Amino acid sequence: MKAIIEGAGFLTSVQDLGRTSFREFGVSTSGALDSFALRVANLLVGNDETDTGLEITLGGLQLHFDDERIVAWCGGEFNGQIGPAPLPAGHAAVVHPGEELKFSRSEIGCRAWLAISGGIDIASMLGSRSTDLRANFGGLHGRALRDGDELLLGKCRRSSRPVGTTDRISSWTAPHDWVNPAKHNPMVRFIRGVDWDRFNASTLQRFTTESFAVSPDSDRMGVRFDGPELKREHSVDLISEAVAPGTIQVPPSGKPILLLGDCQTIGGYPKIAHVITIDLAIAAQLRAGDQVRFSEVPLAEAHALLVDRERQLETFRIGLSLHTT
Amino acid sequence: MRGRIALQSTACETWEKTRSVSRCFGKCSRVLRSLPGCCQLCEYQPVNIIPLGDSALIVRVRERFEDAPEEALDDVLRTCQQLRSAAVPSIIELAPAYTSVAVFYDLLAAVKASGQPNRAFDWLSERIHAAVAAGADRGRAVRTRRSDARLVEIPVCYDAEFAPDLDDVARHTQMSAKEVVDLHSAAEYRVACIGFVPGFPFLTGLATRLATPRRDIPRKEISPGSVGIGGAQTGIYPLRSPGGWNLIGRTPMRLFDPQKDSPTLLRAGDRVRFRAIAREEFNLLKE
Repeated sequence: MKAIIEGAGFLTSVQDLGRTSFREFGVSTSGALDSFALRVANLLVGNDETDTGLEITLGGLQLHFDDERIVAWCGGEFNGQIGPAPLPAGHAAVVHPGEELKFSRSEIGCRAWLAISGGIDIASMLGSRSTDLRANFGGLHGRALRDGDELLLGKCRRSSRPVGTTDRISSWTAPHDWVNPAKHNPMVRFIRGVDWDRFNASTLQRFTTESFAVSPDSDRMGVRFDGPELKREHSVDLISEAVAPGTIQVPPSGKPILLLGDCQTIGGYPKIAHVITIDLAIAAQLRAGDQVRFSEVPLAEAHALLVDRERQLETFRIGLSLHTT
Repeated sequence: MRGRIALQSTACETWEKTRSVSRCFGKCSRVLRSLPGCCQLCEYQPVNIIPLGDSALIVRVRERFEDAPEEALDDVLRTCQQLRSAAVPSIIELAPAYTSVAVFYDLLAAVKASGQPNRAFDWLSERIHAAVAAGADRGRAVRTRRSDARLVEIPVCYDAEFAPDLDDVARHTQMSAKEVVDLHSAAEYRVACIGFVPGFPFLTGLATRLATPRRDIPRKEISPGSVGIGGAQTGIYPLRSPGGWNLIGRTPMRLFDPQKDSPTLLRAGDRVRFRAIAREEFNLLKE
């Protein structure tokens, strides 16, 4: 009933779909930066979508279980392995007690989400099991995992072993975009920000036509860009108001920051744009050196895309139930 | 009277620009075309609703804060109350700030509730306008005012060991350290909002004379409970965190406790007073 962390890797943390309803107290969302990836991984192993899993950053995670578990992961292009056997993204696989599950450095992308059948059984704080790495609560002692940590696992609700096969890895998988959203030099879609009109035409043109280089300073709070700079003619002090994961704000340096799940709840920098929810899956994969372009879509389109993806997930859920016992 | 009409038509122009609603949500319920006249008729000043990404929106209640902080804060808190009591389907949570309330919503729930997949934002905007207008109609019954807000006293030890920047503040404000402390602990403040880190209160009401710019180089780590001055505001660091405000004291009180359902000592709208305490009392309260 335990996962034993032999090597915690660069940054691995316990995350679920995040914390809601505590923004007025200044509490961040936290949670899997690509919550959709964790939902899909959970469904693949027969968990509830909302079960708690692990967020792996840049790889290096090694762990084993003391009983049999089914695992699945979604995210960047990592090399997943069970012992010597490769475990590709988006496939459910059986891991025997004591067998080593390993994620080495990612080729493309930055993060992956690992779901374990039964989920991680850890105390909920403020309505979520996610680790808040900035305020140091939730998850395992409010911190990233360390070598030697042990995580209690929940009871498996149902088996999701592939029906009628003896393979340890399922032949079926989820759509490629869901399990491997990371791309080289991606395009990220946005809707206009609250302060869009405060920027002049040339800055706005620059934002929508040039590539932005991801800075090594990036973390779970936000993706920072080294340039090009988005300068404003008049730098007025704005009154602080809410920001959200996906908000792209422009501090006086002109170097934009794309906020992610650990971002603070309010901010005073002008908000030039907001990345649409479904493209947060791409944003969560950005790492130092990546080049990103931004492309505008209307709000109605962002909504239609999100509704459509949920419909597809519903279909996938029904399909899965035919595969599993 | 003339000035007032001008003010209202400004609000209406802003409203018209957003084009997110089709009728006035004041008493008269007229069509958008006749909006300026409409607002004069029912004296309803519509709030401005702006998308904050595809899963949240900002209800801008006022354009400015500093001109009338108390009134702005009252408006924001009243709007929060109105939205809560209206219990609009699909709204997940509210995040109040100085002049606005952010509304986070569940798109799928909004699509379901509205029955119109392409008009979720418009539908939600209409519901929000209606909730705010209905509240305005009932007048003072739902008004949140300073006098209704609770008063929280926060003991602060201003001893040198907790106040590394007290001398800098004294130098900048051309006062003695004692005068700074006396002035800081004499005023009554109000929590404009909670943010930056969980439980951090942004307090308005700092004596103008005490305003001191943030430090050029922010500290990498600040001890929990540290009381600081940043520009025209004062606040308290609830957690070990980086920060650039000038530290002038420390409270033994715990400002954020994730074990509690209501995890922060302070909430937006609270009135706050600082009470200067000696080191002995600090130690006692800390236990």
